[in-house]
Amino acid sequence: MTTATPPSSAPPLNQIGAAAWAKKNLFSSVSNTILTIVSGLVLIWVVLTLLIWGFTQADWRVIPANFRLLMVGRYPINLIWRVWLALGLIVVAAGLSWGVLARNSRLFDRRGLIVLGIGAAALVIVLALLSDPISIAISLGLLALLVGLAFVGQQVGKVVPTFGNWLPLVWLVAFVIGYSLIRGFLIGRPVKGDDLGGLLLTLLTASVSIVLSFPFGILLALGRRSDLPVIRLLSTIYIEVIRGLPLITILFASQFLVPLVLPPYIRTDRLIRAVVGLTMFSAAYLAENVRGGLQAVPRGQAEASKALGMNPLLTTGLIVMPQALKAVIPTMVGQFISLFKDTSLLTIIGFTELLGIGQTILANPQFLGRNVEMYTFIGLIYFLCCYAMSIASQRLERQLNSSGTPTVAPAATIDP
Amino acid sequence: MRKWISLLLATALTAAVAVACASSSDTAGGDGAADGNSVLNTVLDRGSVICGVNGQLPGFSFVDSGGEYSGMDADYCRAIAAALFDDPSKVEFRNLSAQERFTALAAGEVDVLIRNTTWTINRDTALGLEFMPTTFYDGQGMLVTTASGVKDLKGLSGKSICVQSGTTTEQNLTDSFRKQNIPFTPVVFDDEDALYSAFTQGRCQAATSDRSQLTARRKSLPNPDNYAVLDDVISKEPLGAAVRNNDSKWADAVKWITYSTFQAEELDITQASLAQAESSADPEVKRLLGKEGTLGTDMGLPNDFAARVIKAVGNYGEIYDRNIGTPFALERGLNELWTDGGLIYSPPFR
Repeated sequence: MTTATPPSSAPPLNQIGAAAWAKKNLFSSVSNTILTIVSGLVLIWVVLTLLIWGFTQADWRVIPANFRLLMVGRYPINLIWRVWLALGLIVVAAGLSWGVLARNSRLFDRRGLIVLGIGAAALVIVLALLSDPISIAISLGLLALLVGLAFVGQQVGKVVPTFGNWLPLVWLVAFVIGYSLIRGFLIGRPVKGDDLGGLLLTLLTASVSIVLSFPFGILLALGRRSDLPVIRLLSTIYIEVIRGLPLITILFASQFLVPLVLPPYIRTDRLIRAVVGLTMFSAAYLAENVRGGLQAVPRGQAEASKALGMNPLLTTGLIVMPQALKAVIPTMVGQFISLFKDTSLLTIIGFTELLGIGQTILANPQFLGRNVEMYTFIGLIYFLCCYAMSIASQRLERQLNSSGTPTVAPAATIDP
Repeated sequence: MRKWISLLLATALTAAVAVACASSSDTAGGDGAADGNSVLNTVLDRGSVICGVNGQLPGFSFVDSGGEYSGMDADYCRAIAAALFDDPSKVEFRNLSAQERFTALAAGEVDVLIRNTTWTINRDTALGLEFMPTTFYDGQGMLVTTASGVKDLKGLSGKSICVQSGTTTEQNLTDSFRKQNIPFTPVVFDDEDALYSAFTQGRCQAATSDRSQLTARRKSLPNPDNYAVLDDVISKEPLGAAVRNNDSKWADAVKWITYSTFQAEELDITQASLAQAESSADPEVKRLLGKEGTLGTDMGLPNDFAARVIKAVGNYGEIYDRNIGTPFALERGLNELWTDGGLIYSPPFR
């Protein structure tokens, strides 16, 4: 008897490679073969039709001619530097977070570098087609700033490991200063809410609603599990009522009901009313997601922490909630993505966010009938934003998993 | 632990910001017509006029590539700003949907509503609006293919007609066809874009909407020459500005600013010929431009308000041609001056 592993040989050639994969998955039986051919033909036909339309019939001039409108709406052109500055602040926060979160690993593996390279190239090409050289230069500068700050963040993270705990604050400060800059609260002349538009307004309303609905959602979830009957009842009523109403109803109420109910001398900005509506809606759904996470945490965890002498606040804050939130990251991000897309409903109540400004541009006699081009472009922007959120959430999940539970490094097992 | 303190701090700060934003919101709206204080004074104090527009209607109001509002409705907003402040840029445009427009006006969110609103008895009385002179006489029409050979409504007997749901358009269509005893099949759409794509694909033999919109749409179809707008008009759609009831001072101001553009066309004063007209000896011209008499100051406007309006946006004909006549090649029809057989008529400036 021998204890040595027999030398492994490579798998037979007819079992690897593209041809073998296709044979196994696509042409394994007669019906599968027919299905493959039919769906392949349909796919080719659809793609070809789209490409032919896109290159011969479509008139894409509507996009570059209105690119600035689509991005920032009617934001005053001589104040546009404020938007860039605000974007710069967000980039600083993003770069630092990236570096700090990845402090124990390399910033770029080969795949990361390739993605970055492709991203930069795509940025240059897209902006070259749509915008002016100055925007390209600033965008590339911001990209460089992002990477540079990632390295800085990595070093800072190594020296001060607790820095990561302050990242939410960094983000909040960056966001508040950025928002004040854009609205001109701090310096210069203020910009009216009606002059915000396009992607800028979409991102602002979505991010503010997401950030605000998070704490409210957690409080509601805790309230619904509370031992105090009044709090439990109120939370339950709130959640069930809001979940029973369509978002568009809530938005309409925020726009028309609130001004009618309030006394005439109290005026509220309609943008803020809309954001409050989105937040109220999202918080109710988020509360249920978080409650799901709370139920997934075994009772033993809370009991153990009680046994250690922790008070209920610490038990919830340090033991239960972190585990619960980690468990529901995918559903929460799903909720945020859907909230981001829901901001397009603001069009119906007269805001010129991304979709609204698109429809406004389509009313320009010069661009009448360019609907498909415009909606394709807007759809692409929505997809890119949502996909970016999805990728970020996957990374966050991996990060939290690797820091939480020690796993065996897979690289050490293969040893020739 | 510190992580949670930081999060808590972040939450508290967020809440503080939200409260700060809510309290810093605009308090300048000011209704106050009830206590004898007209919107006119509010607007003059604020230094700008808030104008409710559609924002998505070709020819009437939309945002051009430079980010400026453009169109006939937008120009009338500018005319008010020009009359009051001698600066047509002193307008805050607010996009309003069809559903929210009356609430927004009633709640004082906008000072004046210039959003292709049809003047009807119900809106004028029950809704508490005060309608201003009609600036565009629209009417519902029919878009057909030239190949079909349809020349009038009778030709549409037994055909399918595409119509948008939930609008007066749908009722007008049914009413007028029933009155004339013409059988037809309505094909109802919720969305305007879907309606016209169904029409071009031949799902219906005609599409119906306001004639200004049909003309605009026809231009955007792949082969405009294959389509024609019938001469028949099946409804009355007088479009104009509207303000809140019970504020005659403000209503008078908007009314006579609108009339001044009509009167200017009648007197043949254009943007270009304004300088010449200023030195005219014609007493009518002199009264309109405020060179003689106190017509403007008597109603709380600058005496030369009409001159300011003409300088900023031109006379009615110029506004029409710039926004609707030239881009859509829509003949003026009812929108001719009364002297040319149309309905555009200003009471005398005296």
